[in-house]
Amino acid sequence: MIEVKNLCKHYGDKKAVNDISFEVKDGEILGFLGPNGAGKSTTMNMITGYISSTSGQAVINGVDIMENPKKAKSYIGYLPEIPPIYVDMTVSGYLNFVYDLKKCKLPRSKHIQDVCDLVKITDVKDRIIKNLSKGYKQRVGLAQALIGNPPVLILDEPTVGLDPKQIIEIRSLIKRLGKNHTVILSSHILSEIQAVCDRIVIINKGTLVADGTADELSKSMTNDHRMIAQIEGPREEVYKAVRGLPDVVSVLADMQRGENIYDYEIEAKPGVDIRKPLNKLIMERGWYLLMLQPNMLTLEDVFLKIVTGEHEMRQALTENQEKNVAKVVEANEKIDAAAEELRTVLEGIDEERKAKAEEAEKQNDASEGEENKEGDEK
Amino acid sequence: MGAIFRREMGAFFSSAIAYIFLGVFFEIAGFFFVNSTIAYGTTDLSGTFGSVFLFLIFLIPLMTMKLFSEEKRQRTEQGLLTAPISITAMVLGKYFAALALYTIGISIFLLFALIIEFFGGVVWATVLSNFVALFFLGAAFIAVSLFVSSLTENQIISAILGFLSLLILYLMDSIAASIKVEFIANILKTLSFYSRYNEFVTGLFNLSSVLFFISVAVVFNFLSVRVFEKRRWS
Repeated sequence: MIEVKNLCKHYGDKKAVNDISFEVKDGEILGFLGPNGAGKSTTMNMITGYISSTSGQAVINGVDIMENPKKAKSYIGYLPEIPPIYVDMTVSGYLNFVYDLKKCKLPRSKHIQDVCDLVKITDVKDRIIKNLSKGYKQRVGLAQALIGNPPVLILDEPTVGLDPKQIIEIRSLIKRLGKNHTVILSSHILSEIQAVCDRIVIINKGTLVADGTADELSKSMTNDHRMIAQIEGPREEVYKAVRGLPDVVSVLADMQRGENIYDYEIEAKPGVDIRKPLNKLIMERGWYLLMLQPNMLTLEDVFLKIVTGEHEMRQALTENQEKNVAKVVEANEKIDAAAEELRTVLEGIDEERKAKAEEAEKQNDASEGEENKEGDEK
Repeated sequence: MGAIFRREMGAFFSSAIAYIFLGVFFEIAGFFFVNSTIAYGTTDLSGTFGSVFLFLIFLIPLMTMKLFSEEKRQRTEQGLLTAPISITAMVLGKYFAALALYTIGISIFLLFALIIEFFGGVVWATVLSNFVALFFLGAAFIAVSLFVSSLTENQIISAILGFLSLLILYLMDSIAASIKVEFIANILKTLSFYSRYNEFVTGLFNLSSVLFFISVAVVFNFLSVRVFEKRRWS
């Protein structure tokens, strides 16, 4: 069992790993997921005691890696990102060295033979590691981790450099190992994590952003109620009719699948099942419903959403939008009020002007009249 | 410690390093044996022992240059540091492997003594005391150049820096002579490897010098351990 509590690693101001906590139970395979530079390897290096943590602790089978490193390390088989193989040794020479290094008690030649059979390197046992292909080197690295049959396996991107057949073999091997080992497996290949791991921890920029099974993660992220319907029928009409259904928030025709056949992405109000009304509508109009599927997020979508921060961004955005709308409404009211005032003022000015003009005309008329009078008198 | 010692010995002999080191060492020692002992028709080996000091400065860094730097460059140290062994055991495993290869090298002097013994009497007490001095001098030099190797991940830099550090230790007397402050000059003189070693060559067995060489070896091995500890914490 592995317990990681509030693990931090700071390099100066840079927080490579910031307050990560999780737990791996016995016989569980934990997937450690994150983009490059997220802090996956740093975390693994801290758990295995290669580097120290700034704060927090990692406990392996009840033994703290910092307090009793020798004992804790003896529980761990570690395959780092770059396998720690001496390229100028033969495979069996190297595995014998690791056997001695780990002070292994199992019967030597049988144990090494078993490990070689397990990772399928028996046929290259007597070759010098330098001359092996990358896939074989990776498997020698894996064999090195398995020597001594440690209860905890920590594998940093174990399938890098392998061909598809080998990848499948290694994955099934890891799955088999997971039955009686505790495994932490890091990868940025999502399908691998999904295929092998019981639980997934996602980290990004040194912080833990998600922890759960693949299903849990995709459920927690899918809070929109969307489905994709493939409908055969005239596009415009289908669009209008579906949009006209009660509780439908939006419809998007996004992909033409054939003549008059389109995929429609339909978003309904939360908690409303619109499948029946949709079906009824299509029947009534004489169209055909070819496919209907809920738009569940794949792990890939979840990962991208978390890593790009879209999830939080969207939440923040809606809050911001609401605030902005309120602001705009307020501003509009103010503008309206101001405009009203202005109008009254302008009207007042206009009237004044008119009144003045009229007065002036009257005076003019009056003075002209007087002049005329004077002229007459002369 | 045993596993690392055996691996390093294997690596020495499966690469060219052991053969080059031993070959060059035997060649130089043989040259001085012929020129300063046999040519004079004497049974005294002290001239041979005295001349070899300077060449250790070049040869020892060549032997130790890759012991840590290559581990760092190939990232194999990650395997060692996550294995259930202490850092001290790792450093000492490598140290004793280098010391073993060195001992194989200097044992040629015992062969020389046997050859002389065949022709006439050898004063075994002086030969053995010289041999012990050479052994502990090498033990100190190896610790220093191993420490230098732990500082870098480039073999060439490791070799050159190792050579420079040993050269400074060799020149300690000349440096002391050129310093006018008596207090500092005295300190440097006590640290002189060459004058301590020369005492043995002239036939004096000085236990304090043996202890001095051992202390230097312990201090620099300790420093190598600290280098790895420090890297874990930074």
